[in-house]
Amino acid sequence: MNPIQDLGLRTVSLIAHLGRLTAFVVQIGRNTVRPPWRMQRLIDEIYDVGVLSLAIVCLSGATVGAVLGLQGYVTLSRFGAEGSLGAVVGLSLVRELGPVLTALLVTGRAGSAMAAEIASMVTTEQLDGLRMMSVDPIDFVVKPKALAMLIAMPMLNALFIVLALFGGYLVGVQLLGVDGGTYVSSMEGSINLEDDIAGTLLKSLIFGALVGMIATYRGYTSEPTSAGVSAATTGTVVTGSVAILLFDYVITALWGV
Amino acid sequence: MQPSPIRDLIVGLFVALGLATIAYLSIRVGGVSYAGRGGLELHATFDQIGGLKPRAPVAVAGVTVGQVRDITLDERLRARVTLEVEKDLQLPIDSSAAIQTQGLLGDQYVALEPGGEDDLLKNGDEIEFTESAMSVERLIGKFVQDSGIDSAEKSPEPAKSDQAGQE
Repeated sequence: MNPIQDLGLRTVSLIAHLGRLTAFVVQIGRNTVRPPWRMQRLIDEIYDVGVLSLAIVCLSGATVGAVLGLQGYVTLSRFGAEGSLGAVVGLSLVRELGPVLTALLVTGRAGSAMAAEIASMVTTEQLDGLRMMSVDPIDFVVKPKALAMLIAMPMLNALFIVLALFGGYLVGVQLLGVDGGTYVSSMEGSINLEDDIAGTLLKSLIFGALVGMIATYRGYTSEPTSAGVSAATTGTVVTGSVAILLFDYVITALWGV
Repeated sequence: MQPSPIRDLIVGLFVALGLATIAYLSIRVGGVSYAGRGGLELHATFDQIGGLKPRAPVAVAGVTVGQVRDITLDERLRARVTLEVEKDLQLPIDSSAAIQTQGLLGDQYVALEPGGEDDLLKNGDEIEFTESAMSVERLIGKFVQDSGIDSAEKSPEPAKSDQAGQE
């Protein structure tokens, strides 16, 4: 096969993947709006995605906030503008770092596990077993996982931001001696509800949907081999991270949040 | 996976915690309005507000007592600023409002200076005495004009120094 043919094949297969992904998402959506609701499955998946990611999200949040406080202080104090530290830390966290870093962390922590789980179910023919019992694997396996991602992401994002604001406060106010009232009031004065808080929720919802979609799709369409499991896991982290960063730019450009 | 009540409880706690933090972010960080607690609404008209923005703090003697709610242009082309302050703030009717800057490069805020009358400002009242924002460019323009430096050395924007001359 010559390089031109190879390029053509790759392009065609990429477009075919997009088509299959769309059909896959439509199937998830259709299963979401009609019974059976499978609440117990959803609760178990939220436990896996949300509760088990709490520790890393909270720890990363606190450290990111502390580093931002330190970096911001060093730069701002050159201009004698330490009073704006709260605004710098708060705005950068709420608008950018909170949703993006949380989504990247969750992709690595929970998205990869999700893809590996579904891929190994494909390899061991468990999904075929479900089909034989006339249980739709998309309804039983995929839907709760994708929904759990969508539900847990905004909550983890909010926790990340609150922990990071606390970390920034700890370093800026307790350690470096910025006035506490100035820090909080400059933070509160620069962040508003309609743009920044609504924006951060919108971003994390979109990222949650993206990661849930990519992780379950990569797992569901993996090759039924052990190499297929590892390819699905790696592919989820790579595609997921790239998609998060690209969509972050698009959302910021479109809605300015 | 066996159904486990403990796990359901933990997930419930997680969701409650998540919703609570989202609420905290929206209400505390996103900014709760003083009007929501039945604040006092005052108006003040300025010739020049500089970089004053909605949600800027309003302070008496440096203590924040409210925030700027709205800035509009009135029919005489002056800036009409609506302030919201705490409900039980007792400001005399001849109090004055000035737009000041926090530090050299800080944000601008509205400083209220209490007057000496016995009557108090009520909801919707107008603050009569106002002092516009200071701008560094204008101060320099004024200084250059006062010190009588040759017009050739003045800033290339005569409009600015004209404006300063009117004040």
